[in-house]
Amino acid sequence: MVDIRSGTDGALEHAEVEDVELYHPHSWWTRYVFSQDAKIIAVQYASTAIAIGMVALVLSWLMRLQLGYPGAFAFIDAERYYQFITMHGMIMVIYLLTALFLGGFGNYLIPLMLGARDMVFPYANMLSYWIYLLAVLVLAASFFAPGGPTGAGWTLYPPQAVLSGTPGGKDWGILLMLSSLILFIIGFTMGGLNYVVTVLQGRARGMTLMRMPLTIWGIFTATVMALLAFPALFVACVMMMFDRVLGTSFFMPAIVEMGEQLQHGGGSPILFQHLFWFFGHPEVYIVALPAFGIVSDLISTHARKNIFGYRMMVWAIVIIGALSFVVWAHHMYVSGMNPYFGFFFATTTLIIAVPTALKVYNWVLTLWRGDIHLTLPMLFALAFIVTFVNGGLTGLFLGNVVVDVPLSDTMFVVAHFHMVMGVAPILVIFGAIYHWYPKVTGRMLNEAMGQLHFWITFVGAYLIFFPMHYLGLIGVPRRYYEMGETAFMPASAHTLNEFITIAALIVGAAQIVFLFNLVWCIRHGRDAGGNPWRATTLEWQTPETPPRHGNWKELPVVYRWAYDYSVPGAPEDFIPQNQPGPDNLTREAAT
Amino acid sequence: MAVVVILVLLAAGSVLFHLLSPWWWTPIASNWNYIDNTLIITFWITGVVFVAVVLFMAYCVLRFRHRPGNRAAYEPENKKLESWLAAGTTLGVAAMLTPGLFVWHQFVTVPAGASEVEVVGQQWLWSYRLPGVDGKLGTSETRDISPENSLGLNRNDAAALDDIVIEGGELHLEIGKPVKVLLRSVDVLHDFYVPEFRAKMDMVPGMVTYFWMTPTRTGTFEVLCAELCGVGHPQMRGTVVVDSEADYQTWLASQQTFSQLMAAAQTKETAQAENAAPAR
Repeated sequence: MVDIRSGTDGALEHAEVEDVELYHPHSWWTRYVFSQDAKIIAVQYASTAIAIGMVALVLSWLMRLQLGYPGAFAFIDAERYYQFITMHGMIMVIYLLTALFLGGFGNYLIPLMLGARDMVFPYANMLSYWIYLLAVLVLAASFFAPGGPTGAGWTLYPPQAVLSGTPGGKDWGILLMLSSLILFIIGFTMGGLNYVVTVLQGRARGMTLMRMPLTIWGIFTATVMALLAFPALFVACVMMMFDRVLGTSFFMPAIVEMGEQLQHGGGSPILFQHLFWFFGHPEVYIVALPAFGIVSDLISTHARKNIFGYRMMVWAIVIIGALSFVVWAHHMYVSGMNPYFGFFFATTTLIIAVPTALKVYNWVLTLWRGDIHLTLPMLFALAFIVTFVNGGLTGLFLGNVVVDVPLSDTMFVVAHFHMVMGVAPILVIFGAIYHWYPKVTGRMLNEAMGQLHFWITFVGAYLIFFPMHYLGLIGVPRRYYEMGETAFMPASAHTLNEFITIAALIVGAAQIVFLFNLVWCIRHGRDAGGNPWRATTLEWQTPETPPRHGNWKELPVVYRWAYDYSVPGAPEDFIPQNQPGPDNLTREAAT
Repeated sequence: MAVVVILVLLAAGSVLFHLLSPWWWTPIASNWNYIDNTLIITFWITGVVFVAVVLFMAYCVLRFRHRPGNRAAYEPENKKLESWLAAGTTLGVAAMLTPGLFVWHQFVTVPAGASEVEVVGQQWLWSYRLPGVDGKLGTSETRDISPENSLGLNRNDAAALDDIVIEGGELHLEIGKPVKVLLRSVDVLHDFYVPEFRAKMDMVPGMVTYFWMTPTRTGTFEVLCAELCGVGHPQMRGTVVVDSEADYQTWLASQQTFSQLMAAAQTKETAQAENAAPAR
């Protein structure tokens, strides 16, 4: 077994890298705008993602207003409502979460945490961002296009996505959505190749794979998955565009639309669903794995304790990543596919719960006998565990095929996926921003504003989504502009909807405090110093804060794993990865 | 400290909400109480795990929060503990999956004596078809759909001529009789969803999907569409009535067959042609 911690070992040769010459910017434009520095690109990615994310936040307010107070706001008609939910979903999943975790945190942390000067292909990395920005602009443009954005739901299921009964189906909406996704995937591929190659080829001397921080393992595995999963979406988008523009019939069977026979025939709507979810399910883990990795490091650092069961954590990430490619049809139990698929996909889906549960145990066991500092990153990490466990457990309802039948397409599903891949990863994003902002800017975020933001966001989000499961249990379907009067839905359920809307408005407003904190502290934050959290990983050991272009004066050499916290006999409660240690400070000495 | 209080409140509050809130499923009207039972098992197992994890966290924060002079323990791995946890989790998962797969096997196995009924979805209307006296549904084709033949039945198929066609009306089912519900769509995805039946299935243009069930309670139930089908999605409602045998037969006798509908359409057409002729 590989020694994951300290000492001089033969692995040094394998990870040895030559120093590299970087592109030197000559002007403000090439330094800050068309920059090839991964750290600048990271900030560009993150800012763009947060900006378009704010649009998605406002959209969620609008849709909640309709659900809480049906018909009270005349401008939210059925068409607009479906446009809002579609754009909200797509923006949050792709343009915010994926872009922020991989483009944002990936770019910032991969070179710094691995002791590299930059990504391996800085120019392609720059292109990746600009194509991503273009994708965001094309998406945003659909709000101003004739007919408005598509209202097909974020899953874009044909045939309705390209027919006239759906907003944007016969106008620009669906075309702009498909174009934007295609651009996003092109841009992501350039960035993604960079992240993978940098992890494999760009690590500092001594940084073996089994010494990498779990943040990098999460981002790395998620990127590999994204490179394999996004092509399925790419193909689906291109084919749907052909169906819509050229009149092909990849996804279009014979159809009578509003009494008129269409010139399509022979295509399969279910084929699109398979392609979509072959991408869509790994996508859940593309968002979740970086969050898993980051939260492991937040917990370990702020509990001053090594992450419990590091090797199991690494293997769990890899196994979850692999398994997530054979569970996609659990989104399709009631799609009309061959029902015998249900046996296979229910089994694989519930198997994936085991490595996921092990990760949860290891997080809470890291707290056990720790020295828990209740800093903002730690608070967000704790909140993540609560919401992730909650959302993960409701996944066991939906993954178990027969239990899914009554719950599928109800608000239970909406509550489940918001808790598990909305709230939980976003709490990690917040924790990560409070954690790494001092490295990015050299200043601390304001604690009081942070506490306010944390408590409203955590408690509020739980109050939004926990009761929502019970609306689904009653039988309230999702994607309903209005329920009207129905015998099975008690009047009190409408009151619950109103409550959820009020909570959503408050939680949304709390994000303004966060944004203000981000901007205010660039100038007015307390000076952070180089390593305010007394962390072990390499990004905190840079000679300058914020790190300059090229990150290091001399490339670091790594002597130990990322989790030497509270090592018995060590003078401090942390030993940086690049600190050569006395050999007696090893695992053997500890046990 | 606030964290500890909130974590405990959150765990306790979630349990109390589950037990005391008025929001629970609508009373069942089909044989799928097996599904409800599996759901209850899942609630218990997951509920215990959730409360245990959250309370354990609360305890850790209380007990191991930072105080001056504290130092964390150093314990990279614990193989024994990790194996026990893995084994326990696997057991819990198996306890949910096993009954789930058994019930799923029932769900996909249509009993031999089940009668057939067809539900046809279009934007944004439910139509139904019952086999006529021959007990067989005739063939159909989306291409054959026309204003007079809204379900696209095959006029040359004798089995289709006696089929009972209900366009936009109510569907009646007989209590206690297993029924295979065949699902067809002529335009986009829909999903035939009656909350009281628990079962649901998408309807996909270009193919025929199905599920089966036995109605166990008489009454009138609302049909909803559970798969987004355009702006009219929430308005796509229908009614299904579960009747006693006598009521069902009375209702059935008053329905029109496909050939009756065709004849009526033809008469109307001829009458219109005759009315139109003198004006020329």
